[in-house]
Order: sequence, then structure tokens, then C-alpha cells
Amino acid sequence: MLYFDHSASTPPYNEVVQTMMEVMKSQYANPSSLHRFGMESDKLIERSRALLADRMQTNKGSWVFTSGGTESNNIAIKGVARQYASRGKHLITSQIEHASVYEAFAQLETEGYRVTYLPVSKTGHIDVEQLESAITDETILVSIMHVNNEIGTVQPIEAIGRMLKRHPKIRFHVDAVQSLGKLPIAIEEWGIDLLTGSAHKLRGPKGVGYLYVREGLTLYPLVSGGSHEGGLRAGTPNVPGIVASAKALRMSLDKREQWLIKMQQLRNQLLAILGEIKELKLNGAEPLAPHIVHFSYPGMKPEVVIHMLEQHGIMASTKSACSSKDDKPSRVLLAIGASHEQASGGIRISFGDEHEERDITALGAALHKIVAQLKPLERRLT
Amino acid sequence: MLYDQVVLRYGDLMVKGRNRNRFEKRMLDQVKQALLAYENITFFKSFGRLYVKLNGHPHEPIVDRLKDLFGIVSLSPVISTEPDLEKIREVALALMQSVPVKPATFKVSAKRAWKPFPHTSQEMNHLVGGHVLRAIEDLKVNVNHPDVELRVDIQEEATYVFYEVIPGAGGFPFASNGKAMLLLSGGIDSPVAGWLALRKGLEIEAVHFHSYPFTSEQAKDKVIELAKRLSYFSGEPIKLHLVPFTEIQTTLVQAKSDNLIITLMRRAMMRITEQLAERNKAFGIVTGESLGQVASQTLPSMNVIGRSAQLPQLKPLIMMDKHEIIRLAERIGTFETSILPYEDCCTLFLPKSPSTNPNLRIVEKIESLIPNYTELLAAAVEGTEELLLTPVVQTTVHTAGEDSWF
Repeated sequence: MLYFDHSASTPPYNEVVQTMMEVMKSQYANPSSLHRFGMESDKLIERSRALLADRMQTNKGSWVFTSGGTESNNIAIKGVARQYASRGKHLITSQIEHASVYEAFAQLETEGYRVTYLPVSKTGHIDVEQLESAITDETILVSIMHVNNEIGTVQPIEAIGRMLKRHPKIRFHVDAVQSLGKLPIAIEEWGIDLLTGSAHKLRGPKGVGYLYVREGLTLYPLVSGGSHEGGLRAGTPNVPGIVASAKALRMSLDKREQWLIKMQQLRNQLLAILGEIKELKLNGAEPLAPHIVHFSYPGMKPEVVIHMLEQHGIMASTKSACSSKDDKPSRVLLAIGASHEQASGGIRISFGDEHEERDITALGAALHKIVAQLKPLERRLT
Repeated sequence: MLYDQVVLRYGDLMVKGRNRNRFEKRMLDQVKQALLAYENITFFKSFGRLYVKLNGHPHEPIVDRLKDLFGIVSLSPVISTEPDLEKIREVALALMQSVPVKPATFKVSAKRAWKPFPHTSQEMNHLVGGHVLRAIEDLKVNVNHPDVELRVDIQEEATYVFYEVIPGAGGFPFASNGKAMLLLSGGIDSPVAGWLALRKGLEIEAVHFHSYPFTSEQAKDKVIELAKRLSYFSGEPIKLHLVPFTEIQTTLVQAKSDNLIITLMRRAMMRITEQLAERNKAFGIVTGESLGQVASQTLPSMNVIGRSAQLPQLKPLIMMDKHEIIRLAERIGTFETSILPYEDCCTLFLPKSPSTNPNLRIVEKIESLIPNYTELLAAAVEGTEELLLTPVVQTTVHTAGEDSWF
């Protein structure tokens, strides 16, 4: 089997599974308990937090562990909106955000907030000047993703952060689920106030999200309960998951540079193959993340391609896994100006460090065959 | 990388009299100890100064470390070069061009300590200043208030070019003034008192009283963190004595003199500390008391408490206001730890109205009626646990669990 769905989830490192197992087995005390056993659990969480701060070079804020990227995004966005509502009720995001950001904003709209959904260019990028001109006296939050989960475009986070330094009232949230541990991010230097990550996207376990919160920022908590995670997230912490997540991030960062070189090689190889198949249209343009390639087959339902790839033992995705169950054309592709037909036919290949040149060669051969088989059936399926 | 050395200045305090050699030796030991983590660093001692040769290490972390050491009045990262006009000019220009915020004005302050050098200080000001002025556009000379004062120090062994003069922590080098015991509670004041004592060249051994199960393990961890922080400043390991105080405290609580309980406790602590001081050859007791801050820190209270021990009691914070103490605690990085909410034994069994004016005769009377009082004190001294702490050993947060898990 060839697993080309790393943007949806990644195979955990063996060492991460080992850590998870050992901690789960031996450190089962509740970290809030007063006894020594409980305190040990608590210290494991603190050591994980310290490891993140050290490796991500943050010292003006803290890391909070949540249940995943979706929860981190919700805590950050709704937390800021509700906490700072008295300063203004205008929020800015983009049209190509992940559902957990997009829907959080949609919910805030029903609560009386005004949201600007910035359009993106045909290449799939935000324009920083356009973002600045959307700012009003009422604006309290800007939330922009780093790497788009569908087409892999990289947004100018550093430039946005530097521009927002001129607007000290505005909090800046970055959904870095697809980039944390992969692309360089200088959180504090770039002026990021809140940053979301997800462990299972970087070869860690499912069920753990990271959230960086700059010092001095208060967030209105979503969940009521105990005072876990600095009062931001009530609920007994997932100790084995948290420790394993810290390890996964450390390992990913250790391997990041080699990873980057390898991903670029694989990507170039895949792009050359796609160039030979004129039926397939590449989506998005540079700057792009090196591990995501997205293309459309206009005139063909993407599920058909996915199913046929599966017959060749290849796992790929249509759009974002979080919204792949509905039939509607991709919101992200429509935003970059794709036709309705192209937007309905997106196929995402996302790979990782277990892949080699021969895997891409196999994928290329499969795509050639599939397109040749489907060619007579273009625009016949409805 | 531009800088190749860091110069440390002791000021005239150190260089007077017969103590000079001793001070300079302590200073060198202390600096070596603090920079143990850096390989290949070498040293050069000269009159009232110590040159740290970086041998390729970046200067920033080393300057950051050294500015917290005691006995140093100021320090500067410097470029050393040969005593040759062209070389000096070249280095001076490179340094001026490296200043992060582009200065509008400057002046050169040359000092020719090595007289065989062919140009006088005054001549050097012009020779170097003129060269820099010609090479950097828009730069002007301002003799009275320059943005940058470029210094050229011509010594026999080398010429040093620099412009930054960073204030040091001052005081005396570590352990140049003997050893004392520090009562370390875990609150805001006692670590600051410890820092001030260290700054005056005292070697410190910390004493902490715990009343497990009435106090928690976290309270102990907190004191360990604070002691480690203090050892960072001295650059030397610090000994922490953990005294089991539960027996004594519960006995005193049952003496039915609620308003005197604090006085009785403090007197017991002083007596135990004095015995520990004797065993460890210390000649004083440092406390974080500040006049009038709490009931036990009124002058009448301090009189009754102080009489329980013979050793000199040093109280560096005695005339300081709370906000001044807090500011210092923040500066030395102990405040955040001190305000962690774990109860220490001093806040246990607090009476509603503690006496601010205890009567010595009554206090002595109560103590004489406590059965086995002396034995209880002796048992506490015997049961004292000693920890040797260094800042290099990571905090409990960094050692939790198995290393392989991370």
C-alpha cells in the first residue's frame, strides 16, 4: 500500500508509539492529584511544555495541550472574540481556511460579530495590503492559516505579522496544522499571538493539539470545569498523548531539514509526471508546501479517481478529509477562481518521509493508466 | 564574528591593599566556574581587569552570564588587535559599521597606557576618528553627547577596540567575605536577602524548614528551585539544608499560647540554624526580615527572636519597602517561583492576632515548660537532609519521567 494522505494524518514514529505505550502503562495517575504519583504525571506535562518552548524558541508565551487542531482553533478564535468583544466585534479571516476556523467564524457571525472573509488570488495567496485595508477600528482578531490543507499554498505569515505590529489592538492567530514541524516558523519574531498545531499531522498520536498563547493574552474558555492547562482547557489531560506529542514534534524538528530536501525531490518528480498528463490540471502556485500536490481532473468525479487509485493500492484524498463526505465543490478551489467543474474534481496527494522515488514512479504509472481508462468517459458521469 | 574577547573590570574597590591578590584569584575561579560549559575559553589577568578570550564562541551568551556575576563593575566585548595604526583603524571602522542602530554621531576616546606606542592618546583620537569619518557617510563627531563612544585602549599586550560598556552586578566576588546560613522560606523576601548576601561576597548555605504532611512536596520543590537560582549567581553549588520541623511545630502549637506561636517557632528555627552553622563553619545568619512587615518583624519581636541565637544576624532587607524587594526579586528571577501558591511552614497555624510585642520572660517560661525541648531541636538537626544544588542540574521539570520518552 502507498499512503499518500499525509495532510489528513501521518503514520506515527515507532518511538512515539513506544513512548505512548510506556507512559500510558506506568503514569496513569491524574496529574491534578496531590500525591507524588499524580505530581509525577503533572511534571511530565510540564516537561513536554518546556520541550516545546525550547524547540520552538518561545519564551514570551506558553503552550497549551488540547484535544487536537480543531479544538485549538476554536479556543483561540472564540476565546479572543469573546474575551475582547468590548474592544470591537470585527474579525478577519480568509476564504480558504480549514473548516474548524471557517465554521468557528460562522458561529461567531450568528452571535453578532462581523467577519471579513478575505479572498485569495488565483495562485491561492492572501494579499497583505488588502488585509491591511480590511482592518477597521473595531477589528480585534486576524486568523490566517500558514499552509492550506487542500492545495498547499503557503501564506505570507511573516509579512502579515510584521504589518499587524502596527495595529497593537489586533490579535493574530495562525492555523499552522499543516506546517508545524515542517516549515520554519519564528512565532515570536513574526508577532504571532496564537498558533495552532496538531500532533497527528507530524507523526504524533491523534487526540492532541498544540496551542501557543502569547503571554498576557486572556482567552475566554470554551469548556467549563477544573483549572487544567492554565484554566484554558478543563478536563483531565491526556498524559501519554501529550508526552508522545512533544516527542513527535521534537523528532520532526530534528529531521526537518532532510525532510524538506526529500519532499522537494519527490514533489518535482510528481510535477514532471503530471506535466505529461494533460487531462490533469495543477492547482495553486508557489509558494507551496513541499509535501502537498493538488490537481483536478475536469470532467471527472474525483471519487472515481480515488477509487481507481485504491485499486492500485494507492491512498489519496479528494479535498480536506474533514469535509470530503459532502459533494459540494471545494470552497478553497472556488476561492482561487477555479471553474465549478474543476472545483468539483480535486485530488490531493500528500506524502512524507517514508516515501521514495519508486513510490512516486508507481503513482505516476497508475495515474497514466487511470486517465487512459477514464478518457472515453469524461463528462459522462453526473 | 567581530569580538574576540570580553574584558571584565573590577573597579578600584578590588585593587586596593593587600587583598588584591586574593580578590583577583577568587574572581578568576568564579569566572572559570561560570563558563565551564564553554570549551577553549582562556583568560588573561591584568591590573584590575580580566580578559576572557572567546576563541570563536559568540560573545552574547557569555556577556549575559558574566554580567550576573558579583565583583564585576562593568564589562565590554572587545576586539583585540596589534598596536599598529593601520590595523587599529581597520578594526575601528569595522566595529563602527557593525553598530546595529546606525549612529548619527560618535567620538573616539583613545587611551595610550603603553607608552612606547608612537602616537599619543590625543593624536589617536584624530587618526582613528578621521579614518572612520571619511569612510562612513552622514556620520558626525559630537564630543559631548555622542551616540557612540568608540574606545581604543592601547595596552602592552594588545590594543582593544570597543564601544559597549555594560554595567556588572557589582559587589564582591563569591565567598571573599566568609560564610553564613540563609533562612530560605520560599517567599519573596528570603531569596532576595540571599542574593544581596551573595553580592557582598558571602558564601551561603540555605536552611529550609518543612512540616510535611502539613506542607507539601511542591513547597520543597519550590525552595530547591530558588536555591538553584541563587547558585546561578555565585556560579558555585549551593548547599540546602532541609530541616524536619513537624514535631517541633506541632508541639509548639499545643503549648496553648497562640499569640506567641510565631515567636516560639522563629526562636526554635534560629537555634537549629545556629547548630547547623556551627557544624558547617558559618559565622552568621542571613534572614529576609524587613522592619514592620509582619508581626514577627517588629523591633520588639526581633529582639525576643534574636536573643535565641548568638551569631550575628544579617538582615539585608531590613529598611526596604515591599515594592523595592519585589522589584529586586523580579530582576533576579525569583519572583515567579516565590509566588507559587504552596504553603510553607511559616504560614501554618497562624494565630488570629500574633503578638507584635512579645514578652521575653513569658516566652522563655513557655519554652522551659516544653518537655524535651532541647531534644526536639537536636532531633531536627540530626534529621536534616542536605542537598548540594547547582544551576547546571536541570529543574525537576526537565528531569521528569524517562529521558527516552522525550
